[in-house]
Amino acid sequence: MSLSAVTRWCEAPLFRRVLQFKMCRRKTQSWSNVSCTLWRHRWMKRLPVFSTSSFKTMSTHTDKENIDLSKFPADRIRNFCIIAHIDHGKSTLADRLLEMTGAIAKTEKNKQVLDKLQVERERGITVKAQTASLLYSHQGQQYLLNLIDTPGHVDFSYEVSRSISACQGVLLIVDANQIDLKNADPERVESQIEKVFDIPREECIKVSWSICKLLLTFLRNFSSSVISFFFQISAKLGTNVENVLQAVVNRIPPPVASADDPFKALVFDSNFDHYRGVVANIAVFGGRVKKGDRIVSAYLGKTYEVNELGLLRPDEHPTQKLFAGQVGYIIAGMKDVKEAQIGDTLYHQEQPVEALPGFKPAKAMVFAGMYPMDQSEYQGLRSAIERLTLNDSSVTVQRDSSLALGAGWRLGFLGLLHMEVFNQRLEQEYNASVIVTAPTVPYKAVFSSAKLIKEHGSEEITIVNPAHFPDRSVVSEYLEPMVLGTILAPDSYTGKIMSLCLNRRAVQKNMVYIDDQRVMMKYLFPLNEIVVDFYDLLKSLSSGYASFDYENAGYQAADLIKMDILLNGRCVEELSMIVHRDRAYSTGKAMCERLKDSIPRQMFEIAVQAAIGSKIIARETIKAFRKNVVAKCYGGDITRKMKLLKKQAEGKRKMRLIGSVEVPKDAFINVLKRTDK
Amino acid sequence: MIKHACLTVRRALSVRLRCFSHVSSGEIIEDEFEWTHLTRQASLYVHWPYCLRRCSYCNFNKYISRQSNDHIMTECLQKETETLLQLSQVSRRANLSDKAEVTLEVNPTPVGMSKLEDYCRAGVNRFSIGVQSLQDEDLKILGRDHSSHQALQTIEEARRLCPGRVSVDVMFGRPEQSVESWEDELTELLRVCDDHVSLYQLTLERGTQLFKQVHGGQVTVPAEDVTAEMYQRARRTLDQHGFSQYEVSNFARHNAVSHHNMSYWKGRQYIGVGPGAHGRFVPLGEGGVTREARTQTLEPDVWIREVQQRGHGTRRKIELSRLELLEEVLVMGMRMSKGISHKHWELFSPQLGLCEVFGASTEVQELLQTGRLILDDRGLRCSWDGLALLDSMLPALLVELERQICPQLQKDCHVDSLTKKTSNPR
Repeated sequence: MSLSAVTRWCEAPLFRRVLQFKMCRRKTQSWSNVSCTLWRHRWMKRLPVFSTSSFKTMSTHTDKENIDLSKFPADRIRNFCIIAHIDHGKSTLADRLLEMTGAIAKTEKNKQVLDKLQVERERGITVKAQTASLLYSHQGQQYLLNLIDTPGHVDFSYEVSRSISACQGVLLIVDANQIDLKNADPERVESQIEKVFDIPREECIKVSWSICKLLLTFLRNFSSSVISFFFQISAKLGTNVENVLQAVVNRIPPPVASADDPFKALVFDSNFDHYRGVVANIAVFGGRVKKGDRIVSAYLGKTYEVNELGLLRPDEHPTQKLFAGQVGYIIAGMKDVKEAQIGDTLYHQEQPVEALPGFKPAKAMVFAGMYPMDQSEYQGLRSAIERLTLNDSSVTVQRDSSLALGAGWRLGFLGLLHMEVFNQRLEQEYNASVIVTAPTVPYKAVFSSAKLIKEHGSEEITIVNPAHFPDRSVVSEYLEPMVLGTILAPDSYTGKIMSLCLNRRAVQKNMVYIDDQRVMMKYLFPLNEIVVDFYDLLKSLSSGYASFDYENAGYQAADLIKMDILLNGRCVEELSMIVHRDRAYSTGKAMCERLKDSIPRQMFEIAVQAAIGSKIIARETIKAFRKNVVAKCYGGDITRKMKLLKKQAEGKRKMRLIGSVEVPKDAFINVLKRTDK
Repeated sequence: MIKHACLTVRRALSVRLRCFSHVSSGEIIEDEFEWTHLTRQASLYVHWPYCLRRCSYCNFNKYISRQSNDHIMTECLQKETETLLQLSQVSRRANLSDKAEVTLEVNPTPVGMSKLEDYCRAGVNRFSIGVQSLQDEDLKILGRDHSSHQALQTIEEARRLCPGRVSVDVMFGRPEQSVESWEDELTELLRVCDDHVSLYQLTLERGTQLFKQVHGGQVTVPAEDVTAEMYQRARRTLDQHGFSQYEVSNFARHNAVSHHNMSYWKGRQYIGVGPGAHGRFVPLGEGGVTREARTQTLEPDVWIREVQQRGHGTRRKIELSRLELLEEVLVMGMRMSKGISHKHWELFSPQLGLCEVFGASTEVQELLQTGRLILDDRGLRCSWDGLALLDSMLPALLVELERQICPQLQKDCHVDSLTKKTSNPR
């Protein structure tokens, strides 16, 4: 198996992934009769035997446990994950699979069982991949099916790629009815699939119809061949889900791993537990590991003793050992969040192995500043960010400081949803209140003189902070990041969508009717144009029908300029920004207007200006006030008056002084922060 | 005297009684005033907590009493006055000179007017009349229970009783008010008023009826620029009529300034009596140099019980630190047109003069340069333009004051801690 292939595979967005593998499709096999024996039921029957004793007594029956897991040699193991576009029913299917294999009790309440994070449940999305080991009986054989539920949004492809590295097969779900549930028309979906993915419709298996119909494609990803077939299931109603399990056993190859090899495991995910330290999710690529073993992290060279290990079903289920081909968790006394590097290789102290290739760091595409609401919260926020980034190493963290907002960080995210989710997790899981600045994108500048190239060590530099924007005179060109956006929408919205895209400096690349009502449009966008509010606008002008996805499309030359904001002629450093020349006026005007509304009137007039170099392109004026409120102030009012004045005096200390203009922190927050929807 | 006044007061709609006591006359002579006078003299503020109705803009500690307990209230006010006087350093020679100013705040209703003569006989020698407006429509919106005609009559009656010692309160920035109507109204008032005018801007206080109406959009008040214009025009008009502005919102002709108010602004002691009243005085006892800020219990019923049980209804008593005292001296002193003289400041801060405190600050320098603030051999004060912006300048002055005073306090404390092993800068 080749890990690099996996990584490459995952960089492509969903549609292309499918297209890449469509060449190698095979005819679908018919299914033999299968019986699904639920492991948990058998286990439950035995439970009364041990029921008088605690779990500890159970675990002393090591023979029993050993037999259980060693009963699953590599050829009885299937490691697979489910990938799908966001909100296409992936987690719902996972719920049904868990129920059918008895991992969880079958109740009405099982909704997105694997989505444990509050943000996931609130938004109905999967952000963090989850592992669940399913015990499944097929044709008299016991199988251990390791399911990894993965995020669907393109932003989280890094998370997906990590999960896939631990798998041999992928379930691809395409929702047949995203546009209109009432008029569910699987026939139409099939023809769409035929058009988009170029897969003949006779390969779709039609098993039953229901409101929520899904198309599944099974891909064998590692061996560069792919088996694709469709059949319609309803994850909500459970229709045909059994077939999925059978397909997993029959279509996905077992992992190539031998329990006789030296122990070698890939850390593909990790969580931080306040009480037990780091919980690492591992895929055992060779050998076996047991409690008490001394293992080494290839990355740090540090040795740890295994305190606990086991399966995730989906809750932690301690076992005595883990064998080659299996996927589980391990707790080995890693206290520091930095010790469990995702992509790291673990091996036995006595038997060093060659480290697995690991992961290529994800490239941040959207940057935003994050600052604590109050500087006293800096330490707390720092550790919260550290912990979150341990679980999500795709976030890049760079210390930054702003004269207005104090010490903070410039964080890089894979995309907008990624940023939102990160922020929401910070607030929900770490109770941190943060100021998030409006997102920016990384620009590049190409130097014109050899001297400068030598000075910087390269011909081009990446500019994240406007303060480092080189002057036009020293660069041959500026570059901005581009994305190829795909918009799917009913054709009645085409006009509106096209004008929106044109407004965003987008260039149309392609437009296809995928059926007689729906259009797929491809546009090349400057990334900067979509990072703030594009998606919201698109959704609202299409009554929510349009879907949008994008992939990175490299850099393109652009006429970029640095715009400064001046208060009474003095530049406000933290408000400088890099904009496209065509955008300068509208952006500058909007900035000045927002500042005008945010800066309180003062004893003198304040000119709020946007400038390019020495040229003023927009101006707003904050008029001076001529008097304070003339109120009584006698004996009884002194206490109140003093309190008010002391508060103002205290506030004065926190003001940012631009020349003699006092700018409250709130004004910066109002202007810099991402606007709420 | 207080008993007399109060007994008279209780039957009327009047609000507050203020006395200013001074040994010689009502006039304060700066040069003669010394540190010892600061603790031995005080003005007295008596708060009567009941009103017949609540005005729509009022957030004062007022209650609409259901049954009359005027008698008990009067007794308790007297008892609390005696107790607090004894607790202060004024007690030994507590007497009220014949020339002392005794001001009563009166609502210009027919009932109020009919009592004026009784008040005078009881010892009141100055009236402050809450006219607020001469527009009957506006008086209704403000929730006042008098008409403009009644107001004019009350002024006339008060002037007859205490010529030259009648003040009128008038309010601008009222709902739907225009600059022109305000000027006309003020001119009309100046034709009938005596030698003292207090000018206020209608302030929307949280929790009042008017606040809700304005925020709910039913009522609109003039914009900031309009009220600024109203204030400036009023100042000019008053000046043309011979009234000189001696404080942010107070104007007097023929030197008829309000002495009790001057004593607040000059940082003198005062004893506050009655529910919710505030006081500032140095108590008797060891050392006896630190001024205390006292607040009496708000609710009349609770306050009465406390006074009956322990002689006073002080709810809160806080020692003012040196910085806090100077802050009050600064904030109150700057309200006066004359500002704070070097002598006045030295009385409270013998160690650190005005120039030393404020001279070095760049921000203060800027205020001096733009002509809003004046610091010269007379002292520190606002210019004519600056007075309207005082509240915006005070935070800068307070920041500077703390910066200059605190290092010194820390030094003092350090010495203290070496000797007494206690350090408590505040």
